[in-house]
Amino acid sequence: MNVDLQLYEAIKESGINLILSVPCGMLKGLLKIITEKNEIQHISITREEEGVGIAAGAYLGGRTPAILMQNSGLGNSINAIKSLIQLYNIPIVFIMSHRGAEGEKILAQMPMGQVTLSLLDCISLESAIIDSKIKIGTISDIVKNHQLKQESIAIILKRTLWSEKYEKIRCV
Amino acid sequence: MRRFDVFKEIVEVIEDELVICNLGIPSKELYHLKDRKKNFYMMGSMGLVSSIALGLSISSPEKKIWCIDGDGSILMNLGSLSTIGNVGPTNLTLIIIDNGSYSSTGNQETHTSNKTALEIIAKGCGFESISVIYKQDEIIPKLKKIGKGCNFVLIKAEPGNAQVENIPLHPELIRERFMNSILNIE
Repeated sequence: MNVDLQLYEAIKESGINLILSVPCGMLKGLLKIITEKNEIQHISITREEEGVGIAAGAYLGGRTPAILMQNSGLGNSINAIKSLIQLYNIPIVFIMSHRGAEGEKILAQMPMGQVTLSLLDCISLESAIIDSKIKIGTISDIVKNHQLKQESIAIILKRTLWSEKYEKIRCV
Repeated sequence: MRRFDVFKEIVEVIEDELVICNLGIPSKELYHLKDRKKNFYMMGSMGLVSSIALGLSISSPEKKIWCIDGDGSILMNLGSLSTIGNVGPTNLTLIIIDNGSYSSTGNQETHTSNKTALEIIAKGCGFESISVIYKQDEIIPKLKKIGKGCNFVLIKAEPGNAQVENIPLHPELIRERFMNSILNIE
């Protein structure tokens, strides 16, 4: 099974029944499958922070939403993560491609990429790093556990998932 | 007519709607006039009230959802109008009390007091019905007529706030009683 299909199956297995997305090149295969399968309601949003709001409202209505986004969107969402979902104790799943890290070729991605994990730590948003095919199998248990604990979780998808070999970029 | 006058009319017509209310003094005014478990008071994340209402409306399609937003707040999240218009929920009424100002922070002017017309933006974003209300006695008849669909109601008001106290509820309690009210748990 290819990585994108494996990720899709893991999302389904997690019980996620609403996906709010801002696209990323690393997520294009997964987004295509989500659209084609048409099994999980999928809404394209204009900005990640908006997704946090929609996800919070969907949770109030009994759904299990996830926001599919690039890590750059974390910066757009921090106030909503702190003063909406953490303030009201609303658990949301973030599924985030990690740009600006291993194998990144676009310099502009580096500044956010380098601080993403420490930002998550700083805002007390727990994360799980998925950097190999074998770890995709852990996603559904991680999500279900966090739903039970009523805690948000950021699933960080690394570029290594799609390519065993990657070029390291020298940031100058 | 100030925002508080608008709320006085709105609470007269509220029945079993789930109400998501904008943060700051708007939520305090609503709490003061008519607290109910079916009110969700926002306390942070300015701009996101319409997004929360959209998420709720697609998740509770059998309920009527009223979102009470402000001009300053919706200007922070204009993309939300586009998403709502494109999703096209069947049960959402977005009521914007447009007083042309950031009233909770000292009545600084917003763009709607100058060139920006939110009703035109909403039309371009795909809302099914658009209404603009200028007079207080038009509010109740208009809200009573609101049916299903994806509706946009702009109420033009003057700046200014009522003198009301803070909401003495913890955000987690607001969430819990709101969710229980959806599930009909007392």
